[in-house]
Amino acid sequence: MDKPTSVTRDSAPASVHINRVSKAYGEEWERQQVLEDLNLEISPGQLTAIVGPSGCGKSTIVNLVAGFEKPDSGTITMNGEAITGPGIDRMVVFQETALLPWLTTYRNVVFGPKLRGDMDPRELEAEANRIIDTVGLSEFKDKYPLQLSGGMQRRAELARAMINHPLLMIMDEPFRGLDAMTRELMQEFYLHLFEESRRTNMFVTSEIEEAIFLADQVVVLSNRPATVREIIEIKLERPRNFEMLSTSEAYDYKRQAMEILHEEALKSFKRTGGQDDFLDAYAKRAE
Amino acid sequence: MNPNKATKTESPSSLEPPTGFWLFLYRANKGVRTSTPYLMFFGIALWLVTYYLFNEGWKLPLFNKIPGPVEVITEWISRDPIFGMSLFTEAYHTNIYVSCQRILIAFSIATSVGVPLGLFMGWSKTFRDYTFPILETLRPIPILAWVPLAIIMFSGFETPIIFLATLASLFVTTLNTLLGVDSIDESYFRAAGCLGSKPRHVFWHVVLPGAMPFIFTGLQISVGVAWFSLVAAEMISGDFGLGYMIMDSYMQNKYVTMVMAMITLGFVGWLTSAMVRFAGDRMMQWRVRALALEGR
Repeated sequence: MDKPTSVTRDSAPASVHINRVSKAYGEEWERQQVLEDLNLEISPGQLTAIVGPSGCGKSTIVNLVAGFEKPDSGTITMNGEAITGPGIDRMVVFQETALLPWLTTYRNVVFGPKLRGDMDPRELEAEANRIIDTVGLSEFKDKYPLQLSGGMQRRAELARAMINHPLLMIMDEPFRGLDAMTRELMQEFYLHLFEESRRTNMFVTSEIEEAIFLADQVVVLSNRPATVREIIEIKLERPRNFEMLSTSEAYDYKRQAMEILHEEALKSFKRTGGQDDFLDAYAKRAE
Repeated sequence: MNPNKATKTESPSSLEPPTGFWLFLYRANKGVRTSTPYLMFFGIALWLVTYYLFNEGWKLPLFNKIPGPVEVITEWISRDPIFGMSLFTEAYHTNIYVSCQRILIAFSIATSVGVPLGLFMGWSKTFRDYTFPILETLRPIPILAWVPLAIIMFSGFETPIIFLATLASLFVTTLNTLLGVDSIDESYFRAAGCLGSKPRHVFWHVVLPGAMPFIFTGLQISVGVAWFSLVAAEMISGDFGLGYMIMDSYMQNKYVTMVMAMITLGFVGWLTSAMVRFAGDRMMQWRVRALALEGR
């Protein structure tokens, strides 16, 4: 948590190893095993997307890697060092916006460096303005988050993360809840940022197409307790554009991922119980 | 429906916002073009007319013994009041002044103790575990039950009255502040942690501003509660003040003065909560502006 940024800044992108990690929630008599012996590697300078059926424990992985929670067993290391708590070398962009509503865009962006006092004030101001400009919010830097649209809020949050020069960006379904148009624009924009910086990115999503469009590899998780079902290497060229999504290659990736997710979703329905009526109806339709 | 909504996401308007006097004029102009001032005026008039009809007009038995609006208003603006108190007498002003001063002291003490107390209770689990049972045991004791204790503990008129008003107001402020901290979304704490905040940073930059909306809701209630207990205390043991004025004029059968004091109390109470609201709006621009975009 207290590591100085000067060390982390401009150093090589990080790699993350999740080694036999288990995590369960709830009281002893109703324990829900969310992760069990999960092994996962996030390669340096790559964009790794994690997809899985809803409720499979994607957010738990985020919380563990970010350091908000600790695993019951197993280890998580970044560049060989165990993760013990949240730190500025790993920035999270949250599902729903976590901009502080009582600070303006600008003040949200400079929040971290200003508290830590690890940047020269003038340098910070210039850097903040540059980053705010990069995400196209110069005109809105004195507005409060609640005055911004959903897409702007996400960009402000990206800016707030980027100014800290993290080694790892953790994106927890960041574009969920945006309308389709804004979502596409944000995906493209985010992709540009990644392709320029080549920072290690972990991108959690429930949208397969989003994962294929953005990622170098797509990790498909199984149902709860989550384990890695499949890792699909996405060999689409970079820089990418939306047209690539209609190539046969992309289509194959998509089908592959869909099949696994479909199986897992059905398993999940069978296991939760009380869904028998739905499964009957579903089976009839499928015939 | 709402013309402001469309501008929410677009580039900021090129119009410069008016400031100072011009802003006041703009608002006043906008205000008279809505139905609000007329409805308010109509509401007051309707209330006065009903009061007049029940009392001086139809002389309903229930209203027989209390003074009517004409009688009260005449006395109020009289330079030579029959019962000795009106807008032009010093005694009337002294009573208002004394009560307001007591409220100011009680409210200030309650706020400066209650807000930090509530913040700490919300912020630190340990501190909360220590203090919550005490708060929850003392809070349900009605303020009137404290009166004898206050009189035994403190001497004179002033201190027991202020003590009672402070106590009532303190509980409300503390509890609301505590709830305010509880209401803060977990993701703000996580974001702050991610960005390298230390606990004291979290306290000043997340806990305090995050609890602010609840704190000000609490303060509005607390100033009302302070008035309530102040008047109760003044009725029981007092030398001056609006509560004393009500009780004293009742004892001496000066019912006109009594009603006058009641209405005065209403106005002054309204004014104090408006002041708290105003202060809250000034301190929470982020919220005011967001609500304004929604047309509220």
